[in-house]
Amino acid sequence: MLWERDSLSIPFPSFPTYSSGVTEENRGLKMRKKNNMTGLLFAGPFLIGFLLFTLYPTGASLFYSFTNFNLFKPLKWIGLENYKWIIEEKEVLISIRNTMYMVIIATPVSLAVGLFMAMLLNTKVRGQSIFRTLFYIPSIVPVIASSLVWMWVLNPQSGMINSILKIFGVNGPNWLLDAAWTKPSLILMLGWGSGGIMIIFLAALQEVPRSLYEAADIDGSGELGKFYHVTLPSISPIILFQLIMSLITYFQFFAQAFMLSSLTASGPDQSMSGPENSLLFYAILLYREAFVDFSMGHASAMAWVLFLITGIVTWLVFKTSKKWVTYGGE
Amino acid sequence: MSTLKQKVIPYTLLVLCSAIFALPLLWLLSTSLKSQVELFADPPIFIPHNPQWHNYADVFNTINFFRLTGNTMFISIMAVIGVLISGPLAAYACSHIDWRGKNILFAIIIATMLLPYQVTMVPLYVLFSKMNLVGTYVPLVLPAFLGAGAGYYIFLLRQFFLTLPHSLVQAARIDGATEARIYVQIILPLCKPVVSTVGVLVFLSTWSDFLGPLLYLNDQKTYTLSLGLYAFMQTHYIQWEQLMAASAMFTVPIIILFFFAQKQLIEGISLTGIKG
Repeated sequence: MLWERDSLSIPFPSFPTYSSGVTEENRGLKMRKKNNMTGLLFAGPFLIGFLLFTLYPTGASLFYSFTNFNLFKPLKWIGLENYKWIIEEKEVLISIRNTMYMVIIATPVSLAVGLFMAMLLNTKVRGQSIFRTLFYIPSIVPVIASSLVWMWVLNPQSGMINSILKIFGVNGPNWLLDAAWTKPSLILMLGWGSGGIMIIFLAALQEVPRSLYEAADIDGSGELGKFYHVTLPSISPIILFQLIMSLITYFQFFAQAFMLSSLTASGPDQSMSGPENSLLFYAILLYREAFVDFSMGHASAMAWVLFLITGIVTWLVFKTSKKWVTYGGE
Repeated sequence: MSTLKQKVIPYTLLVLCSAIFALPLLWLLSTSLKSQVELFADPPIFIPHNPQWHNYADVFNTINFFRLTGNTMFISIMAVIGVLISGPLAAYACSHIDWRGKNILFAIIIATMLLPYQVTMVPLYVLFSKMNLVGTYVPLVLPAFLGAGAGYYIFLLRQFFLTLPHSLVQAARIDGATEARIYVQIILPLCKPVVSTVGVLVFLSTWSDFLGPLLYLNDQKTYTLSLGLYAFMQTHYIQWEQLMAASAMFTVPIIILFFFAQKQLIEGISLTGIKG
């Protein structure tokens, strides 16, 4: 397991004990106590931060989710009302549908694009570092700037893509202004920004032992066979890691959609939902409930539902991963 | 045939792909130098005939670019310092110190990675607003010093720390070195590559952060670049040439940073245990 692998394997320090006398045992005990103290000291800042900025707000959020908390009115316990609201509210359903679209489509697309580019870079070609840089840069362009660039690139009349399509006599779609094309536009944008995923895959690919490929050559495997039987199994722990990180990211998908929906709308549009609600993602609705409508109770309940879904999906992925993730012997 | 398969095809694909990846950014630069007329020209113009450098000057005149950059720089550097203080400490505590809480600590770190930002968002906002800290940089910077939201970075650090031989630490202990000394004089120097990688990653993500500043900053004077650009965009949403010039100005510093940190960043990522 990627992160469980080493956590237990480091032996307890065996301090030299030459005799099993009482004094030595005492020393061992003292040593252990001292270790516990040092451990606590080193972990101290993180633990304080965890209590203050993670554990407390997580608990508070659970509590708020059962109240009508809204910053202005006195707080009242309303039981499961907020959860009932989640089930009954039409916009929640829309936002879940939109979010599932991103999770189901954007995750494999980002992983596939990232892996494809990493494999291209893993060949011995000249100028590798220049190509690597070109692939990576889009992923570090700040979200606001990349959203702006794509809004302009996808501009129906004067944007780059439709202009290029026009040369071939194709009339491009309305992209961000057409409900059917908003999410594909986002996928395009996210695929362009998958350099972060690429870089980690590249590091993993460079670790795959040459000997495995040589053995496959001797067995007469083709390129495709090598990909399925050597590359994929060798990097499967990394695929698992990136899969989970991507799933988490897309469940919480926010910034790009926020930019695109608040900027494509003309005038002060507070709905932040894009054409025909096509960009109303779960995290967008949650933000709107919390900081536009100040229904902190709704938002907190939504956050907990998101937490539970993320937890369940991560757990399911871990469970199934035993079937497809292989850990090479060390 | 074999050279064709091994050299030509990957090379062509690489050139093609990098062209596709570079095009939007080139389009950004080209637009930022266009005049209003060229902007909507049909057929489109890819290289402006008469580069309008004043578009950049215009941005300087409408938004206080230096102040925004200074603010963003301040927050980003503070966040980097914060994570680089709290992160390695926690990573050391769950790699080379054998204490009772070691595995629990690691479980907590992993759990914080899985916890959606949205869960803590509302109560933290309430907390900071009760402490009258909304509108200051404290909510954006303080959590970093206490390792909050840094689960992924601590995880990276720990994976690297584990690659250092435990015997090294033990030997130092037997020689009577204090933990603080082992940490400062042995662990940290050996971990320079991964520590700087984490530093760069924190800088990149804080520099581009949007939601944090959106929640906590409410005065134009304290805005970051992301927020400033967002506000600018809401008032100038048709002047694409200026928007693109502003975006370019926002993006260029980060690309320069990347060029300097590139080797470090990529080596660091391959060094951490994340490779498998």
